[in-house]
Amino acid sequence: MVSESLTLHQQAMTITDLIQKGDFKILNEGNNTHNRITVPYCCDLLSIAMGKMPAGSAWVTVMGNMNTLAVAALAEAACIILAEGTDLDEPSKNKAKEQGITVLKTELPIFDAALMVYQYLNA
Amino acid sequence: MSDKIKVFYEVPADDFTRAGEASSNLKSMLKKMGMNPETVRKVAIAMYEGEINMVIHASGGTIDVTVSQEEIEMVLKDQGPGIADIEMAMRAGYSTAPDKVRSLGFGAGMGLPNMKKYSDELKIESQVGIGTTVTMKVKIQC
Repeated sequence: MVSESLTLHQQAMTITDLIQKGDFKILNEGNNTHNRITVPYCCDLLSIAMGKMPAGSAWVTVMGNMNTLAVAALAEAACIILAEGTDLDEPSKNKAKEQGITVLKTELPIFDAALMVYQYLNA
Repeated sequence: MSDKIKVFYEVPADDFTRAGEASSNLKSMLKKMGMNPETVRKVAIAMYEGEINMVIHASGGTIDVTVSQEEIEMVLKDQGPGIADIEMAMRAGYSTAPDKVRSLGFGAGMGLPNMKKYSDELKIESQVGIGTTVTMKVKIQC
């Protein structure tokens, strides 16, 4: 449905597609997994992420708290990817479920995780 | 539709787990009203920054939102310490956030600059020791 309007050089990748690559562990599968990922985005400072993150970003960060979820939801990130093995605490896991936000995790550093998404998008 | 829609939120003090609830609530309301997604995003970002500021600096406060046909107005009031130098506070990167909130990822000094960037009109009235009122307006795009 979304993919019809795509330009030719970039691959259409939805959140589901990224999940199915199997590189990232799923902490929560949200209710937006049919949405397209536009770009990887890296930042740990929430207000900078809030102001600059493009809608549809796969947001790679080491900040796994309630506020990360709020920023992701409000700035319309496609998903959060927690890098360096960081995790969500229990209340945040529940909140992610409640709000339908997709949260993935990886042991990779931020750059490597973002690069992986970038390569999928530009394969 | 000439009627204005008014919504009121209370922002609790020191509760970072609930900070953002008012913004989320307003965002889903505007979405349900079928408002332009870019307008919704602007309102959500501008209001979240204001909401977070009230939690970080001012022991919470209140937000009055008025949605008219042309614009969305958000009035955020607190009885916090006030802002001594508004011009300084508006500078990107300037922050007085305490360490405990920096460890949560705040304190980049982008709160007020983001509010300015995402609203079409921003007015800050503040008196040291009495409180701050921030009024933001976002024009509704068709």
